[in-house]
Amino acid sequence: MSATPSLPALHHAVRGYWLAGVLALTGLVLVALGTGVGSMGLENLWPALFDAQADPAAHAMALQIVWDIRLPRTIGAWAAGALLGLAGAMAQGLFRNPLADPYLLGSASGASLGVATVLALMGGGAGMVGGARAAMAVSVYSSHWLVRLGLTGAAFLGAVLAVLLTLALARGVQHTLRLLLAGVVVGVVLGAFTSLVLLMSPDSLQAMQAFLLGSTGFVGWTACLLMLAVWLLCLAAAWLLSRVLDGLALGEATALSLGLRLAPLRAALVVVLALATGTAVAQTGLIAFVGLAAPHLVRAIVSVRHGRLMLLASFMGAALLAGADLLARGLMAPQELPVGVLTAVLGGGYLLWLMHRRTAPGGLL
Amino acid sequence: MTLPLAAGRWTSIVGPNGAGKSTLLKVLAGLMPASGGQVLLHGRALHAWPRRERALQLSWLGQNEAAADDLTVYDVAMLGRLPHQGWMQPASAQDHAAVEQALRATQAWDWRARALGQLSGGERQRVLLARALAVQAGVLLMDEPLANLDPPHQADWLLLVRELVAHGRTVVSVLHELSMALQADDVAIVAQGRLRHHGAARDAATHRALEQVFDERIAIHGVAGQWLALPRLVPHAIQERE
Repeated sequence: MSATPSLPALHHAVRGYWLAGVLALTGLVLVALGTGVGSMGLENLWPALFDAQADPAAHAMALQIVWDIRLPRTIGAWAAGALLGLAGAMAQGLFRNPLADPYLLGSASGASLGVATVLALMGGGAGMVGGARAAMAVSVYSSHWLVRLGLTGAAFLGAVLAVLLTLALARGVQHTLRLLLAGVVVGVVLGAFTSLVLLMSPDSLQAMQAFLLGSTGFVGWTACLLMLAVWLLCLAAAWLLSRVLDGLALGEATALSLGLRLAPLRAALVVVLALATGTAVAQTGLIAFVGLAAPHLVRAIVSVRHGRLMLLASFMGAALLAGADLLARGLMAPQELPVGVLTAVLGGGYLLWLMHRRTAPGGLL
Repeated sequence: MTLPLAAGRWTSIVGPNGAGKSTLLKVLAGLMPASGGQVLLHGRALHAWPRRERALQLSWLGQNEAAADDLTVYDVAMLGRLPHQGWMQPASAQDHAAVEQALRATQAWDWRARALGQLSGGERQRVLLARALAVQAGVLLMDEPLANLDPPHQADWLLLVRELVAHGRTVVSVLHELSMALQADDVAIVAQGRLRHHGAARDAATHRALEQVFDERIAIHGVAGQWLALPRLVPHAIQERE
């Protein structure tokens, strides 16, 4: 017996590092490009940005555009993608289902209901605050801090409450199938409530639409830093919990036989999953398919255990959303597509291709 | 019901469909609570063992064990080393050695870099067996380990189990194929959730009990030093049952 039988493990580790490097670099390039997309493209922006003497006014404006709008937005898209990619890899491991996505536990519908409720209260109640309505035009694009805080808080609170409701209905996390079913039920019921709220307050319909479509347009520095901090926290927790997901891949009985303490560890995974998803949804609205597609794209390239998979899926999700954001801003410039629409179209296409590949002769299913 | 499982012996659990064989094995593995009575491992109640220590003592191979198709064969076998590794602790040289030994024992070493999803049912079963072997536990509990294995690999499995037992390991397996089950040292016969008989596989009393449990629809014959359970074709039996 040799001391170096870990050849395949080593081989995959090296491929994993390559992939991580490429994705990180792609992310950087996307962020750099993202600072220059818009009505004032790179070619006008960069000279003004780096040459303060030539035109101080243009320099100040360029600085403001890059620093206050484009940089937080592209970094925000990167971070939201990283959160969704991580959550997706986690959900697929936790539910042992390759088609699981981070919104499965009801977090998306919970966040939507939260946002719809706040919009309805603010918009509908404008009569009471009188002239404040005009100054505080309620929209998810609003930069008024109270509105932003309210909407973000409501989305996050809604997501967390919905996950708790799902857990209560499923009576814990022991039964994966029950958890999935409860998630679906919560999704449908909360979706109905959201429709009801919107029906009673038609004023907020348009603003709500922006949230449902998903957009990185309203991400500022605070949201950016929050997402990055939560991402790092969730990534560390996910890394610690990754052996549970590895064990679960062999089935619950085997995982138990390997000495894993399933119930509390699974509960911890659900909390991390809810935190990652809730944070992303609260800042960027409902962005479809990034969480579903990112882990699949990673698995198509390397076979790795969950620890590395979650890290790589994070980078992949980040690159996907940053790229999609660039496209959304560039395709019809100066008009802008909601990034959620773009990810839904691209992700839907990818899912169809995946289904086709899986059912085709020689496919996986 | 008392079922003593001696160290260094291979015991097969057999019985009709739905008799509770797999349930008994799960209870023995500590994966299910016993509805009554208790399981003792080295004289100490199973539930009193700390999880990790128990995992080091008992290795489990489930029936139709699910496995992530994306993982490589090597990574799957390495999962058997989880009880040996602390949190955040990378695999040691000892872990790698155990994984290699297990994969070689089941002749799965050559596929170590392949994803599990690319293997056939029988090949996959050999990888999962290697995963169970990699634990290097004193007691191996296997539920239908021969599922999907062709006859040459069934023979390999028999040799492997005999070798393990010769080295002092305890093997307990649920086998629905009686002729394979009769290759064991001991046979435990379960029917309707109860232990009906426990004795050496070569004992006439064990053969008799088996025939009774299966409604006299089988007969056990000695052929070339091995025991074969063959169906006894009684034309009226179906009508009588109706």
